[in-house]
Amino acid sequence: MTNRVVRVASGQGFWGDWLEAPRRQVEGGPVDYLMLDYLAEVTMSILQKQKERDPKMGYARDFVGAVESVLPAVLTQGVRVIANAGGVNPVACADAILAMAAAKGAQSKLTLGVVTGDDLLPRLDELLAGGHALNNMDTGSPLASVRDRVIAANAYIGSVPIIDALARGAQIVITGRSTDTALTMAPLRHEFGWKADAWNQLAAGIIAGHIIECGAQCSGGNCLVDWRNIPDLADVGYPIVEANADGTFVITKHPGTGGRVSVASVTEQLVYEMGDPRTYITPDVVADFTSIRLTQEGPDRVRVHGITGAPATDKLKVSVAYRDGWKAVGSLVYAWPDALEKAQAADRVLRARLERIGLRFDQILTEFVGASATHGPLAGDAGKHAPEVEMRIGVRSSNRQMVERFTREIVPLVLNGPPSVTGFAGGRPKVEEIVAYWPALIDKTVVTPVVEIRQ
Amino acid sequence: MRVRLLDIAHARSGDKGDTANVGVIALKPEWYGVLERFLTQERVAEHFRGMISGKVERFALPNLGALNFLLHGALDGGGTLSLKTDAQGKVYSTALLRLVLDVPDADARGANLPGFAGDA
Repeated sequence: MTNRVVRVASGQGFWGDWLEAPRRQVEGGPVDYLMLDYLAEVTMSILQKQKERDPKMGYARDFVGAVESVLPAVLTQGVRVIANAGGVNPVACADAILAMAAAKGAQSKLTLGVVTGDDLLPRLDELLAGGHALNNMDTGSPLASVRDRVIAANAYIGSVPIIDALARGAQIVITGRSTDTALTMAPLRHEFGWKADAWNQLAAGIIAGHIIECGAQCSGGNCLVDWRNIPDLADVGYPIVEANADGTFVITKHPGTGGRVSVASVTEQLVYEMGDPRTYITPDVVADFTSIRLTQEGPDRVRVHGITGAPATDKLKVSVAYRDGWKAVGSLVYAWPDALEKAQAADRVLRARLERIGLRFDQILTEFVGASATHGPLAGDAGKHAPEVEMRIGVRSSNRQMVERFTREIVPLVLNGPPSVTGFAGGRPKVEEIVAYWPALIDKTVVTPVVEIRQ
Repeated sequence: MRVRLLDIAHARSGDKGDTANVGVIALKPEWYGVLERFLTQERVAEHFRGMISGKVERFALPNLGALNFLLHGALDGGGTLSLKTDAQGKVYSTALLRLVLDVPDADARGANLPGFAGDA
């Protein structure tokens, strides 16, 4: 057993995260790996829509700039980058990275590992015919019921192909729908040689991944406890895992950066998007969040220990994206006096008009931002005295024309509805196609990840 | 004694499909027992009545001084389907912290809980 510490730094928590973070992570102090997580359920749908418009798209384009900003560290300090930036098109993502490197004169020095095999779309009918029903995990419905509207189907794959890419010398590993947590666990497993049945260590790696997969959300960002006094969020430090071979690790951040790593900040991230804490299921291991122990061992240093895991299941999760109609959301702002009453009156007028012209929707929702949009009736009557209230109304329908027509009915209210109205500078709202998410399970044996090394 | 959750706990929430999860964490380790005893599944379901269409599940994490609640049918379809401002359930966290518990005086004094005098 080695006393070596391996440092994995988190540089992106989602597609859209702070562009400065990756570079700051490799320049702020020693790190061995830079982990960039770009994918959420919603992101895969967006990427799929982009790939439909242009077959060279479908990956997180921010990644190209991120790699460019850390290229010196990759080439000279040996920092290795692991990212699920490939989205629904890892090969195009790798092409873009190599093109960027070539433009910088660095292509010959760069080795990429590209992980594919998560894309089940080309095999979907064969899988369905073979008895893999891909029932919706929430509703139980068989995928056949929406098959003709499916535009993407990806299995969440685990650490093994990433480790393979690292073992074959990849300095940058690009995956598609790999699990967020595998991006952190894989380099630890690679470095420490954890076996496939080292359940406690694998679970620890997964939990380390869960803590840092949302970037600064564990190091002072979006932290409710003592939020006013969290130092210098303008200069917030993104998290770093300092891991040991036995599976214990410390969450910290670079010295001199803002934010805070505390038991409270780490705990908030641990419970984020949690289901049953005893069974956090991943392709590699089932982690038990009720085993986690946290100790503040110094300023901005939280030690995480005690973690246990159990054998993985024989399934992988599958995320299917399918077309599910159209939606549009529009808004107008009403000012004091009686802002809420005016906004409510406008909503009644608008709905009456929609009714009279015969528009029918699968769903119509009005919220009053400033009064009750986020906390509903729990917000009480504070909104009655609000200096302004935004009427925010959305509709959803399988009929695009109905939604299109709806978008034309909002702005007229500025002149022909209740008074003291503004905030319509954006004009008509945009009609958006809904790509909905269908979670399912599939037998592990039918999914084979593939690793390609490119230079 | 009336005790507002905001004064004894912090929270973070997120989404899984049409389900929101809210993790509630005791601000002091000695307050976890109060959460564990009085912040029941039923109490939380009552708090969110009319705002969610499904059931509430509760999981305990005594090791973190935390309870995890799953609020099913909380997101108007969830993800890309939802028309809500908070389509991903990000601020169900503070909505839950509005909850005011009735804690027997002896328990409240024993744990040195801060009382709440305002409106629920």
